[in-house]
Amino acid sequence: MLVIEDLHVEVGKVPILKGINLEINDGETHILLGPNGGGKTTLLMSIMGLPRYKVTKGKIYFRGIDITNLPPNERAKMGIGIMFQKPPSIRGVKLYQIGEITLKDGKDGDKIRNYAEMLNLINHLDRDLNYGFSGGELKRSELFQLLCQRPELVLLDEPESGVDLDNIALIGNVINELLNKVDKVKSRKSSGIIVTHTGYILEYVNADKGHVIMDGKIICHGSPRDLFEEIRKYGYGRCVECL
Amino acid sequence: MSVVNISRREELKRLAESARDKKALYGEDIDLSLFEEPEEKDSVDELSKLPPELQNIAASSGIDITEKDRAGSFVQLDHSVIYQKIQSAYKGQLEIMSITDALERYPELLEQYWWKAVRVDQDKYTAYAELHPVHGYFIRVFPGQKVDRAIQACLLLQENAKMQNVHNIVIIEEGASAQLITGCSIAPKVKEGIHIGISEFYVKKGAKLVFTMIHNWAEGFHVRPRTGIIVEDNGIYVNNYVLLKPVKSIQSFPTAVLEGGNSKAVFNSLIYGLKDSLIDIGSRIILRGKNSAGEAISRAIVADRSRIYARGTLVSQNDDSKAHLDCRGILFSNEGLMYAIPELIADKSPKSILSHEAAIGPIAEEEIEYLMTRGLSKDEAVSLITQGFMDVKILGLPKHLEDYIRKMIELTQKESM
Repeated sequence: MLVIEDLHVEVGKVPILKGINLEINDGETHILLGPNGGGKTTLLMSIMGLPRYKVTKGKIYFRGIDITNLPPNERAKMGIGIMFQKPPSIRGVKLYQIGEITLKDGKDGDKIRNYAEMLNLINHLDRDLNYGFSGGELKRSELFQLLCQRPELVLLDEPESGVDLDNIALIGNVINELLNKVDKVKSRKSSGIIVTHTGYILEYVNADKGHVIMDGKIICHGSPRDLFEEIRKYGYGRCVECL
Repeated sequence: MSVVNISRREELKRLAESARDKKALYGEDIDLSLFEEPEEKDSVDELSKLPPELQNIAASSGIDITEKDRAGSFVQLDHSVIYQKIQSAYKGQLEIMSITDALERYPELLEQYWWKAVRVDQDKYTAYAELHPVHGYFIRVFPGQKVDRAIQACLLLQENAKMQNVHNIVIIEEGASAQLITGCSIAPKVKEGIHIGISEFYVKKGAKLVFTMIHNWAEGFHVRPRTGIIVEDNGIYVNNYVLLKPVKSIQSFPTAVLEGGNSKAVFNSLIYGLKDSLIDIGSRIILRGKNSAGEAISRAIVADRSRIYARGTLVSQNDDSKAHLDCRGILFSNEGLMYAIPELIADKSPKSILSHEAAIGPIAEEEIEYLMTRGLSKDEAVSLITQGFMDVKILGLPKHLEDYIRKMIELTQKESM
C-alpha cells in the first residue's frame, strides 16, 4: 500500500528525516516509537503532504502511484487520512460541517450523528471545530473525522496523549474499527501508522510491526511489544548504540 | 398642528439650520448640493407588480417579494412610498405607514419620539433630513404583541445621481416583540448617489426588537445612516448589520442608550470591504440602567483597496452593568486597510465590567493545511474558513434568513477571489 524510499525531509531548511525506507502492506498496522524530535511526526506529515515538510530527496508511493509532490487534499482523496496530535481550532466552522465534507459516501446526517454518538460528540456537532475542546475531545474529534473519511491508510499521531483512562479504551476501539481489526486478518484492507511516545495504545490496538526512529532514521525494526518492552526497561539510551 | 407642535417644529428647523454645514465627526465630507431630489412616483398594490428589475434588487437585500414569511412590508422607491401592507393574520398586532402619514395621524409623535434618539443638529446629514423631509417608515408593534414573522422594509433607489433621505421611527411597545429586516438597495443603472437614513428605535419595558439591515450599494454611492436606540427596563435590542457589496463611502455610528434596568443591546456586524470602499462603521452602547448589558461583535474582511474603520464604544454610567466588544478582521489584500478602534469608558460606575478583544490578522496557514488534509483544495479551505469567520449564526436570525445571508457571503467571496 505504502512504499517510502530514501526519504529526506526538511522543515524550515533544517533536515529532519535523513533517508527513511519503509513499506506497509494492506491490512498492516505499524508503530513508530522514538524520542521527541526524532522525526516521527515529520514522517506522518510528509506522508500526508503538508507543505511545511519539504521533501529534498526520495519518493513516497501510495498504491503504486508516486505521491511525493501531491498536495494533501489529493492524498486525502486517494485514501490517506491523519489524526493530528495538536489539531488547530477553526472558529465558525462546525464539527458537523467537517463531517459532511469528509464523509466518503456523500452527505448522510444519520451516519454523521452515529459516528458522533460513538465518540460521545453528539453535543459537539454544532460547536466550532476543536474550539475550546479538552484534550480528550480533540482526540475524539480527530477520530470522528477519520470515521467519516474512512481512509485506507490511517496516520495516527500520539492518539493516546492527554487522554484519561476512561477514554483511552474508547479511542482504542475506534482505531480498531478504522483499521478493520474486527475483520479477519486476510480481509483487512486498511493499514495504519501509529506514532506513540508512551506505548499505552498497544494495550488496546494490535500492531504488526514496530520501528524506532531516532535522528531522522529508522534504526530498528521488530515486534511492537518487544520493542516497547525494551524501551520501557532501558529507555532510548540503548537505541543510541544502534545509530 | 397644535401650538406645542408648531413651536417644536420651529425649534427643530432652527437647530437644523444651525447644523446645515456642520461636518460629521467621522467619514469623508460630502457636498450634498451635488445630488438632486427625485420626483414622487405612483404606488403599487402588490410587491409582485413592481417592475422585475426592482423586484430583483429588493430581493438582493433580503426582501421577500412573495411576503410568505413576513408579517408586513413597507417599500420606498427614491422619494415615494410605493407599498405598505400588513398581512391579514397580523392586523391588530402592529401598524406600518409612512412617517409622513404617521405624524399627521399621531401629532404627539413629534413631541415624544421625533429626534429624541438622534440629535437633529448632529451634523449636516441629520440637518438635511429635517430640512428636506421625504418620508421613511413608521412601525409600531402594539403592547404585548409577539409578531412571530419578520416585518420588512425596503428602501430602493432607481435613479442615478439622486439623493434619498428618510426618517424612520420604530416603536416596540411594552411587552411586545418583533423582528425587522431593512434592505437598502439600488438599481443597476445607479452609479452614484447618496442615502441619508435617520432611524430612531424605541424599545419599551420588557419589549424586544431584532433589527437586521442589509446594505447593497454601488461603487460610487455614499451612505450616511444616523441611528439612535432607546431601551427601557428589561428591554432587548439586537442590531444586525450586513454589508457585502462595494460602496463609495459609508459612515455610521449607531448609539443604543440602555436607559432601563436589566436592559440589553447587541450589535453584530458582518462587513466585506470590496474595491475602493471606505467603510466607517461603529456601534456605541451607553449603559445607563442598573444591571444593563451590551455586546458588540464585528467581523470584517478587507479585500481589494478597501478601507474599514471598525469602531466600538462602551460607556457604563451605572453600577453592575457589563459589556463586551469583540472585533476581528482579516486582510486579504496588500492594498487594503483595517483600523479597529475599541473604546471603553467607565463613568462613575466602579462596579461595572467593560471588556474588549480586537484582532487583525491573516488566515492561519495551519488551518488551511488542516482542512486540506480533509480533502478540501486550498481555495475551498480558504472559502470555508472565511465563511466561518463571517459567522452568520452570530446574527441569531431564523434559518431561512440565515441561509440567505450565508449564500450572499458565498457569492461575494466567489466574486472577489
